[in-house]
Amino acid sequence: MTDIRYLAPGTLDEAVNAFAAAAGAARILAGGTDLLVQMRAGVVRPGVIVDIKKIAEMTTIEETPEGGFRIGAAVSGARLAEHPRFGKAWPGVLEAVNLIGSKQVQGRASPGGNLCNASPAGDSVPAMIAAGAVVTVQGPHGRRQMPVEAVPAGPGRTNLTPGEILVSFTLPPRPAGSGDAYLRMIPRTEMDIAVVGCGVSLTLEGGKVTAARVGLGAVAPTPLLVGPAAEALIGSRLEEEALAAAAAACSAACRPIDDKRGTIAYRTKVAGVLLRRTAAIAAERAGRA
Amino acid sequence: MSRVTLRVNGEERSLELDPRTTLLDALREQLQLTGSKKGCDHGQCGACTVMVEGRRIYSCLTLAVMHDGEAVTTIEGLGRPDALHPMQAAFVKHDGYQCGYCTPGQICASVATLQEIEAGIPSHVTADLTAAPQLTAEEIRERMSGNICRCGAYSNIVEAITEVAGRPA
Ligand SMILES: Cc1cc2nc3c(=O)[nH]c(=O)nc-3n(C[C@H](O)[C@H](O)[C@H](O)COP(=O)(O)OP(=O)(O)OC[C@H]3O[C@@H](n4cnc5c(N)ncnc54)[C@H](O)[C@@H]3O)c2cc1C
Ligand code: FES
Ligand code: FES
Repeated sequence: MTDIRYLAPGTLDEAVNAFAAAAGAARILAGGTDLLVQMRAGVVRPGVIVDIKKIAEMTTIEETPEGGFRIGAAVSGARLAEHPRFGKAWPGVLEAVNLIGSKQVQGRASPGGNLCNASPAGDSVPAMIAAGAVVTVQGPHGRRQMPVEAVPAGPGRTNLTPGEILVSFTLPPRPAGSGDAYLRMIPRTEMDIAVVGCGVSLTLEGGKVTAARVGLGAVAPTPLLVGPAAEALIGSRLEEEALAAAAAACSAACRPIDDKRGTIAYRTKVAGVLLRRTAAIAAERAGRA
Repeated sequence: MSRVTLRVNGEERSLELDPRTTLLDALREQLQLTGSKKGCDHGQCGACTVMVEGRRIYSCLTLAVMHDGEAVTTIEGLGRPDALHPMQAAFVKHDGYQCGYCTPGQICASVATLQEIEAGIPSHVTADLTAAPQLTAEEIRERMSGNICRCGAYSNIVEAITEVAGRPA
């Protein structure tokens, strides 16, 4: 076996320095539920592992002064589920995170790892896209922000530049009358990979949609923000016509693969079906909020 | 090699190990705590479930070095043959196993499941995220879905958990 170094820096600056110094040989470790499986399989063989879970900013959930949330990239799904207010404000994001593996996987798995692993089927990503989350990244050249949908570049690849670490997700304040939801289609009920995943966030005023965002997963090389689907919903009262247009926009956005889980035709059709179902749940939650 | 100190079942244990050593291998091979089982070594079966700092995780899917200074509870720490944990006693009473291989993980996960419901933490089947989760069979089955039983003792496991949950604390 080749040698490997394990580092657990206490500050972000140290982590960025260590990560950049090791150049391509280092891997960031959050929960490890993807990375350790990949290392065991011999798919990745890092010389240095930089554990980011000892860094306070990476592991805290904060409510922003504007009324939104800032979630450290390495916060576990279990910690998000335990937060007294997060799931009430963002039930769709929480249910997407609660779908990742089992409770034991959720004890470790982080939304940052789910995003940076860059699987087209990562469950929390379409929900974060629908939520309008913005990520903060830090690297050798400082900090920058980008929308969550700009992070994945393709299966297993991100748009983070060498040495950059994902620091946190910022979710915007929630106006009254807002709700979000995430649904995925899988062949089994548990412990499987999404054939299609759909996240919808809506704001309603007197039954009329004033704001909407739609995210789709597992139907293209990266999770997608589907602008035309949101446009079809905004201004509507979720009448059949608007839902049909939004569903068609979702199907049109699909560029899926054929695999053992589903054919291209099946995934394309299911994307539209899931949009309708997810929008109905989001609207029902918005009506109560 | 790395040094790591774990508080295992209340006792400080210092180890020297390759940083790639999983917590499961450290427990089984170095500390001879063989109650935690290796089923898949991939985070899919639950046989290696232990509690770390009060939270259940798969010990095969985490490195020992990631837990320096942390408290680990294994099945050996929950109860002993002469002083069974109530969940262990309920598994015996309800025949919650056949071969027993998955059982230590099932019991650790069962204890955690009840703690999580009591703490009001929602699961994927909790319909109303704004209300406290209920102690239904559906909730128990969902929360135990990360523990697979090759012998299919599931319904007896649900009975054992339900009985323990019903006892006054
Ligand atoms: C049994 C099992 C079931 C699973 N089920 C699901 C499922 O249903 N849905 C699903 O979406 N996923 C699932 N997964 C995959 C995995 O659990 C998730 O992708 C999880 O969110 C990964 O998070 P992590 O913190 O463990 O990431 P890690 O394994 O620590 O990291 C994943 C990757 O991202 C990089 N990385 C992590 N954090 C950062 C950061 N802050 N900055 C830069 N790079 C970073 C790492 O270097 C690594 O390449 C499952 C895994 C297992 C083992
Ligand atoms: S051995 Fe850890 S989950 Fe199977
Ligand atoms: S009792 Fe045999 S695997 Fe569960």
